[in-house]
Amino acid sequence: MTMRILRNSELVEDEWTLIEDGRADIEAGPGKVIVTLARWRVEREALLRGHAAVGVLVPNTADIEVVFAEIEDRPLIVLQFPTFTDGRALSQAVVLRKRLGFRGELRAVGDVIRDLVFWLGRCGFDSIVPRKDQSLEGCREALREITVAYQAAADAHTPVWVRRRSGVVASH
Amino acid sequence: MYRYDHIDRALVAQRVEQFRDQTRRYLAGELSEDEFRHLRLRNGLYQQRFAPMLRISVPYGLLESAQLRKMAHIVRKYDKGYGHFTTRQNIQLNWPKLEQVPDLLGELAEVQLHGIQACGNDTRNITSDYLAGAAADEHIDPRPYCELMRQYVTLNPEFYWLPRKFKFGFTGATVDRAATRTNDVAVHLVRRADGAIGYRFFVGGGLGRQPMLGQEMNPFVPESDLLRYACAILRTFNRFGRRDNIHKARIKIVLREWGYARFRAAIEEEYEKIKASAEGEELNLLPEDIERVRAHFPAPAYRPATEVSADIGGLAAADARFAAWIKRNVRTHKIPGYKIVFVSLKAPDHVPGDCTAEQFEALAEICDAYSFGELRSTYDQNLVLADVAERDLHEVWRRLDAVKLATPNIGLVTDIVSCPGLDFCGLANAGSIGVAQDIYRHFDTLDAQYEIGAIRITISGCMNGCGHHSVGHIGILGVDKHGEEWYQVTLGGSPGNDAAIGERIGRALARDEIADGVERLIRTYLELRFDEDETFIECYRRIGMAPFKERLYENEAEAAAA
Repeated sequence: MTMRILRNSELVEDEWTLIEDGRADIEAGPGKVIVTLARWRVEREALLRGHAAVGVLVPNTADIEVVFAEIEDRPLIVLQFPTFTDGRALSQAVVLRKRLGFRGELRAVGDVIRDLVFWLGRCGFDSIVPRKDQSLEGCREALREITVAYQAAADAHTPVWVRRRSGVVASH
Repeated sequence: MYRYDHIDRALVAQRVEQFRDQTRRYLAGELSEDEFRHLRLRNGLYQQRFAPMLRISVPYGLLESAQLRKMAHIVRKYDKGYGHFTTRQNIQLNWPKLEQVPDLLGELAEVQLHGIQACGNDTRNITSDYLAGAAADEHIDPRPYCELMRQYVTLNPEFYWLPRKFKFGFTGATVDRAATRTNDVAVHLVRRADGAIGYRFFVGGGLGRQPMLGQEMNPFVPESDLLRYACAILRTFNRFGRRDNIHKARIKIVLREWGYARFRAAIEEEYEKIKASAEGEELNLLPEDIERVRAHFPAPAYRPATEVSADIGGLAAADARFAAWIKRNVRTHKIPGYKIVFVSLKAPDHVPGDCTAEQFEALAEICDAYSFGELRSTYDQNLVLADVAERDLHEVWRRLDAVKLATPNIGLVTDIVSCPGLDFCGLANAGSIGVAQDIYRHFDTLDAQYEIGAIRITISGCMNGCGHHSVGHIGILGVDKHGEEWYQVTLGGSPGNDAAIGERIGRALARDEIADGVERLIRTYLELRFDEDETFIECYRRIGMAPFKERLYENEAEAAAA
């Protein structure tokens, strides 16, 4: 049972299976799995032996800088949006990307509506799992809703106060 | 005036289209009521009692004539012919139609106006000194720094979904004319003994429930680090601000729950980490970055005093109404031969802060002809022509008077600050405009007003405190008691350098008691003041609450004794 998600601005089949706490991880098969941070701490070795890859789901209340030592080698870190208006994971993402230098896949899950997607993209999420009722095509379009930015986030933008130095920006 | 380049223009234009699509999806049923609410708030659109309210940001209270003309057009085309200036120096429209709002925003964008982050849990419009550039007590013009901060926080993705609204107030003068410490963050531009410019940061202010004044977090952040320090504060708030209870979600609650030492340590630690990282490099402001923005705010082309000064005393002697206006609405300018003119939006039988299409147009013409094309809005819901030549004062007065904008009451008892209250606002518990008008009529004669002198009466229709009741000398808060409108009175609040939160005097007053109650408080002051130079607030601070309380409730004491 696969589902489509947004990854690197494309709609792709999701390769990862979330194993909820309390469920035997073996049920998920030998493929790529996501487990909670709590489980990762306890079952790390067994999980690595049993699966092709292990990603970790981090609560949005965690101090990402403290937790990072335990997950920095993970190919996937998953951050949570309990509601689309709860922006804590946006700061976790920016710190992961810009301060801690995490280069693996960074995924947003939860109450991810189309109108959150643009902000996720700017904060360094390259993997987005929209809420089930959302239009995937709409979510993909949302990534490019606004193409200019005043400030840099965890994205390709350069702050305007830097761009305007030495007349890089010609006035149109 | 800050001038957009193609980046600013593209950003606002694309933002309008983003909102147009959101509105379309909402009207098509693709977005739920609650989802759309959060999106429209971030574009300034609030649901009021009868219609949506659109709040238009006026960055640091600075407007120019083209914007005023556009506002005249907008209020005629999309509203009922008037707009309303708020205590955050913004403009609100009370009657736009939802489906027309994207077009309205498109028209506003033509003159650098928008509703981006005017409401919602995000960083709001930045407020500042309405006399920036014109006041003699200014050591550093705050406008370039406000503009840099505006750019940093506008559509900043990390801080777009904060726990609660977040407000900045800036000043660079000795006198705080921006109520800065009522903001989540107050930035005071300072110059150190060695000449270096920096920022004195206060954090944790906020009106509304549990009003508090900001506390000093850092006495001197270097000029290069404005955005770095702001990032540290915003990130700390985004991570730790409470999201379980909307009434405890402001940053002031984090400060209160953690205590000052822990709170300050957290911000300083984040600031140090930012400085040490690549992010800190991006946020580092070079002197040229600041100079480039400063160049958007050149000093006006003032003319020599010999060409522009005038014998105001002579003109005033010939006309008592002009004389009254000069006395109350005109202030000293830093440049000889020029004056600062306050435009009163507190005419009799007028809603405080309202401005009609005709008034917008007249103001556009007046500021073009006599004040270098610019106008400022104040947090007292008045306007300012900052650079008027003395020789033009009489003509400016005549023209303002013709459109009822020359009431000589700045800073007096009828210069009442009031939110829209229950007449418009969906949050309000009680009316505030009617109360303002009752009090106004009580003290309408100019002689009575001059006798009372400087006093600040502020009225909010609910706990959210848009009418700044917590920082009024006499603050009035509307509350709902079993479906009736009642009013709690506080004394001793102040927004400026002597900032203080007012103290509650006693039981709430009924709607029909309030104007008489205010009169009792003022009579108490007139009887007990040391001399005519002692203002209401000075008198209150000297004699305390007791005499005012005794007088306000004396009938009850008599009734109880009988």
